[in-house]
Amino acid sequence: MTKRKFGLGLSLILAAGTMLAACGSEEDTSTGETGGGESTEEASDFSVAMVTDVGGVDDKSFNQSAWEGIQQFGEENGLEKGDGGFDYLQSASDADYNTNLNNLIRRDFDVVFGIGFLMEGAVAEIAEQQPEAQIAIIDAVVDAPNVASVLFKEQEGAFLAGVAAALMTETNKIGFVGGMEIPVIERFEAGFLEGVATVDDSIEVDVQYTGAFDKAELGKTTANRMYSAGADIIFHAAGGTGNGVFTEAKERKEADPEANIWVIGVDADQYDEGQTGDANVTLTSVLKRVDTAVINISEQAMAGEFPGGETITYGLSDDGVGLADSRGAIPEDKMAQIEEYKQQVIDGDITVPETVE
Amino acid sequence: MSNRATNLLVPIISVILGLLVGAVIMLVSGYSPVEGYAALWNGIFGDMYTIGETIRQITPYLLAGLAVAFAFRSGLFNIGVEGQLIVGWFAAAYVGVAVELPKIIHLPLAIIAAAVAGALWGFVPGLLKAKFHVHEVIVTIMMNYIALHVTNALIRTVSDGGDRTESIFASASLRSEFLENLTEFSRLHFGIIIALVMVGVMWFILEKTTLGFELKAVGFNQNASQYAGMNVNKNIILAMVISGAFAGLGGAMEALGTFEYVSSKGGFTGIGFDGIAVALLGMNTPLGVIFGATLFGSLKYGALNMPNAAGIPIEIVEIVIAVIIFFVASGYIIRLLLLRASAKKKEAK
Repeated sequence: MTKRKFGLGLSLILAAGTMLAACGSEEDTSTGETGGGESTEEASDFSVAMVTDVGGVDDKSFNQSAWEGIQQFGEENGLEKGDGGFDYLQSASDADYNTNLNNLIRRDFDVVFGIGFLMEGAVAEIAEQQPEAQIAIIDAVVDAPNVASVLFKEQEGAFLAGVAAALMTETNKIGFVGGMEIPVIERFEAGFLEGVATVDDSIEVDVQYTGAFDKAELGKTTANRMYSAGADIIFHAAGGTGNGVFTEAKERKEADPEANIWVIGVDADQYDEGQTGDANVTLTSVLKRVDTAVINISEQAMAGEFPGGETITYGLSDDGVGLADSRGAIPEDKMAQIEEYKQQVIDGDITVPETVE
Repeated sequence: MSNRATNLLVPIISVILGLLVGAVIMLVSGYSPVEGYAALWNGIFGDMYTIGETIRQITPYLLAGLAVAFAFRSGLFNIGVEGQLIVGWFAAAYVGVAVELPKIIHLPLAIIAAAVAGALWGFVPGLLKAKFHVHEVIVTIMMNYIALHVTNALIRTVSDGGDRTESIFASASLRSEFLENLTEFSRLHFGIIIALVMVGVMWFILEKTTLGFELKAVGFNQNASQYAGMNVNKNIILAMVISGAFAGLGGAMEALGTFEYVSSKGGFTGIGFDGIAVALLGMNTPLGVIFGATLFGSLKYGALNMPNAAGIPIEIVEIVIAVIIFFVASGYIIRLLLLRASAKKKEAK
């Protein structure tokens, strides 16, 4: 544990180093070209920050995605990390959300993002105490005039994953590994099941919840059971627990390079997670563009149009969710079929349910 | 060197040593220790808000520490404080949400519900230990998992499939406008008074009652206590029940003060486990627990400000905090060195 933390610390320092280096060079170019100085000047009074939930900023999932969005926004607008630019604070426990949100608001960031449904209570409370602050929350709805709530239609992305899995399975057995049984994850499950059933309702889907987002070993044993029972594709919506699913799949692939073993990743493009030697077990990933949402809201707020009190929903039609590049894992003809289904969802011909019936 | 001087010097030296080593770690990692510690200090005592929040953080640590210490004094290693705290948290929140009563009834009822739930969770391992000699460490660890997942399931049921309960009625809340205004909207609540009263209660039970005497006797030597005519089994169960009640109250602090709701958890809160360290730091005495909880709570809370104000990554901060606590805990080594040094002086004379 401590070792891992230390490793994390080291990698963070390295990451910080590269980031700082990047900032440095960026600064040089911006001072070099005086023409672009105008917009930079304007943007410099705008600042944005986020609070991670307990997953941390390098969770390879939505916290990381949000932070990447903020960094990209900062880069585009010539902001620097720190006060008056962009920053993040990481929460070690549920009790830290309030403090972290408050700290950022006190540092006068124009918009503060709370990442994840876990922060719903804290955001609601702080929004009431700090009516001047502009807060945005991802994956939850907080009914307050100064809070913008962002939701995703996870079910639509998962639906396409279900279609892909159903088209690709050879054993007619598919697995779903969920983190905690919460509405967000259930939307993934519902969409996935619907997608599979739409293609072929004789396919068996083994649904398992591990009860945690940070227990890779649990994900590994669950995946082991599923693959042993004949499943050839597993879709995980379990954060860090899902990394165990990848580990199990990679081990099986290493033992038998011919094995037809696939994992469908979640939130971010998890292609790198699935790489083992020359082979890769990642079929595709269900993307949840938290980064896009963060950038959009920051841009709106910078233009003075912060969508306070509104709930914004991102779906397939606005590329808020979708499938990642399968890099050839899914053959062309099947990709075309998936594309057709995608169009049907966008056109409203298929409505994907949010909950499992 | 007099005993009293050593007692005073040991904790001071250990804290200074811890801070020094922490500073070296920050230096090596390329961060300024001065800025880091200034941020830590401001994070703990910076203004009324942080002071309020620091006290808020200390409150559950106090009760978790008491729970562990109480069981220790009776010779029992209660690792189940975490689970007892979680069931207490749920029980208090449930009572807070389910009914609306006048404050004078509602608040005590919610608090008592938490204590009872915690006590019940402590009763099971106590009973198994007394009747069947099942080791309490194993049972309490397992009871932690049961508590975690049972409360998660209950939260789902109570909230119709959601992941958290509604916020409790104001009549069950420990928060007050007075404290909020005093501390610039921190989440400081009256729970700290309950926690301090409980410190007194533990001291009273252990030092002033027959029950406390028996519990301590059982802790020292079960066979001798049996021979002296004490009912060892009864005392084991009682010790676990009281310990569990303290832990349950710790949960009530979170339910009725800090959060005012309970949400489903993917993992443990860690308060119960930190309670073990708090109790050991405080040598399992009521007053010592105050010291341990204050140290733990302030460092934990103040550390949040280090990434915020000094830009030090949270991982480095965690290492620094751990190092400080490590040195405080190893006070015994420093005591030994001090004694040796003074003995040598005497020889020289």
